[in-house]
Amino acid sequence: MTTPDPAETFRQEARELLELLEQALLDLDQTPQDRDLVDSAFRALHTLKGSGAMFGFDEVAEFVHEFETAFDQVRKGTARIGSGLVAIALEAKDHIAQLVAGRGVKADGEPILQTLRRIVAAGSTAQAATTPQGAPADTAASTAAAWKIRFWLPSDALAFGTKPLLLLDEFREMGPCRVTALAERVPPLDEIDVEAAYLGWEVVLETDKPREAIEDVFVFVRDGMELAIEPLATAAETPAAAVTVAAPAVRAAEDTPESQDGAGLRAKTEKPSGAGDKANSSLRVPAERLDELMDRVGELVIAQARLSQIAAASADSTLKTVAEEIERLASGLRDTTMGIRMVPIGTLFGRFRRLVHDLSSELGKEVEFATTGEETELDKTVIERLADPLVHIIRNAVDHGLESPQRRGAAGKSGRGRVRLAAIQTGAEVAITISDDGAGLDVERIRAKAEEAGLIPADAKLADQELYQLIFHPGLSTAKEITSVSGRGVGMDVVKRTIEALRGVIEVSSRPGEGTTVTLRLPLTLAIIDGMLVRVDGGRYTIPLSVVEECVELPRSEMAATQGRNFLNIRGALIPYLRLRELFGATGPADAHPKVVIVSAGEKRVGLVVDQIIGNNQTVIKSLSKLHADIGTFSGATILGDGTVALILDVNHLVAFGQQFENRLRTQQMGRAA
Amino acid sequence: MSKTILTIDDSASVRQMVALTLSAAGYSVIEAGDGAEGYAKATSRPVHAVLTDLNMPVMNGLDFIRKYRTHPSSTGVPIVFLTTESDEKMKGEARAAGATGWIVKPFKQDQLLAVIKKVVGS
Repeated sequence: MTTPDPAETFRQEARELLELLEQALLDLDQTPQDRDLVDSAFRALHTLKGSGAMFGFDEVAEFVHEFETAFDQVRKGTARIGSGLVAIALEAKDHIAQLVAGRGVKADGEPILQTLRRIVAAGSTAQAATTPQGAPADTAASTAAAWKIRFWLPSDALAFGTKPLLLLDEFREMGPCRVTALAERVPPLDEIDVEAAYLGWEVVLETDKPREAIEDVFVFVRDGMELAIEPLATAAETPAAAVTVAAPAVRAAEDTPESQDGAGLRAKTEKPSGAGDKANSSLRVPAERLDELMDRVGELVIAQARLSQIAAASADSTLKTVAEEIERLASGLRDTTMGIRMVPIGTLFGRFRRLVHDLSSELGKEVEFATTGEETELDKTVIERLADPLVHIIRNAVDHGLESPQRRGAAGKSGRGRVRLAAIQTGAEVAITISDDGAGLDVERIRAKAEEAGLIPADAKLADQELYQLIFHPGLSTAKEITSVSGRGVGMDVVKRTIEALRGVIEVSSRPGEGTTVTLRLPLTLAIIDGMLVRVDGGRYTIPLSVVEECVELPRSEMAATQGRNFLNIRGALIPYLRLRELFGATGPADAHPKVVIVSAGEKRVGLVVDQIIGNNQTVIKSLSKLHADIGTFSGATILGDGTVALILDVNHLVAFGQQFENRLRTQQMGRAA
Repeated sequence: MSKTILTIDDSASVRQMVALTLSAAGYSVIEAGDGAEGYAKATSRPVHAVLTDLNMPVMNGLDFIRKYRTHPSSTGVPIVFLTTESDEKMKGEARAAGATGWIVKPFKQDQLLAVIKKVVGS
């Protein structure tokens, strides 16, 4: 890299500036009243002075300074421009040019300046050339002293680029110091202007620098700030004093969390002993009472939401504290109540032993039935409603899934078929799987049946997974003969509807010759969920928090596109998304920054584009009226804190819809390509 | 990452001196010849501080500071202006417009560095 000689750059620039000055002066001779010309000339002089001094052209700087001072009278309007002034100014300009070029003869400048001063003399008692700069700070005695400095910056200081930490760093460079933040002027959270400076600082500094050096730290912010600098008695005493002052504050700060911890600990230690007592004396309670309790808790949660909303709108910090306390208690009460309603799924599994036993003898199949995860807990109501669907699925597994012992033998399998029933809790849902080691679903038969029933066109290209879904369609049974046990084509569709009514999902997977697995995913409870409240157009909707994976902003590039494939790239994974505004036919103005809530159902993920994410809330689920019961998009409704209703989005339905939508697009595109 | 300082001055020599001094101290420097160009540069990339002359053609330093401070990206960015010792009034106006500090002209390299370090950190 070649860097030009700064002096040469200056010379070049000075020549240009002098030319500018000359032009301005000549023009002024013609139009003496033109303020712009005066300003332009003055600016040229000003720049010349500043640059000259910096690049060691001291003579130039001095001369220009005098020239400028004289010319300043013109700028201020106290001197008038005449041809005499212009002439001498041009002469002065020539002199500067010589000085810049380095050919100037010394002392030449003074007569020119004198003439210039005489001409502008009108109001000129030429000011003293320079005002002495602030005396350097090192004149004071260099004995170490201690200072207590308290300061608050002007409230606009942060926005205007002052960085308090750098100021504190300057103190640290001056000597050992102890810094305490003074937070008493920080307003309540909702009144905080994020750009304003509220904190103050107290610095106890030991330094041999004088008071002026401390003040110098604040040179740029001295106006408008609060600053108190007090000397402390002796350096030796200071640290000790600082410690005693700081210590109670520290202790007070530690006190709160500690006492809370203590309380938490006590609560924890009490709990086991209480549980121990209870274990010995369990209580039978009629189920209706539990349902009633759950209802009450639901009402309480709604009332609590109202209270929280009122508290949030209020400035009363006591009210806020109470509201937060109630929120915590309500949420604890909810969890406890729901815990009471939880029943181990083993109570249900027990029934199926008999069922499998009876079926196997009826059908002449040898069946080994194994269950795992009996201790997994589910809401009592969910378990009750699960019984019938499970009976259907297990019947199917034994009847259709498992082959006859002869066929098993021919396929090289043990004559004894196996059916496994397993439950496991994953997050906020319970997965129940029913698997057999039979022949697997006969894809071709399902296809033939479906074509026969007119469910799919004759040459439809469908993935196996899509074909499996057809078994849930009403009126489709692949059993070759109708047995008394199953195969009448009612059953799987009823199963599916029941599971969906429980806000669950049903999935089938199958491998030819190896068996079929049916998986039910069910939420832990029905009554109250944690929801994420979102806004789409004017309406508010709740998404069960348990299915929300993350929220991102819809990239600007995606906003314009309303047609074609809607995909988001989330860390390399392509996720289809649905615009709820379009789905709901929203007409109001869209939010400038739509958000995408990524939800998951099983292994599938879909993004839901909403206008605004309002926040999390406890959602008491109320079912929709019979009139609305068949609207698939919503699984229920909830009452918000302000008494309005928010519909609960049925995520499984939306995910399925999103996938369908994507499939349709894909077929369309393939059609177009072909 | 080195911190970026934008220097706005109609004098190429001052800009050059600033650039040499600051880059030798480990800052990266971008330059602008007037307030309008400075505004365009300051708002189109992240800068850690702006060093501006007040007396400039097209858009003077004061107008630059006022305009820049209305732009959200200026929040917290220190602005240091160059002034002559006599310009107390100008100093007040610049401060009110949102400037953070100043350097009195003419200045030496170490004075420049001291002020930049004070407002930006090293």
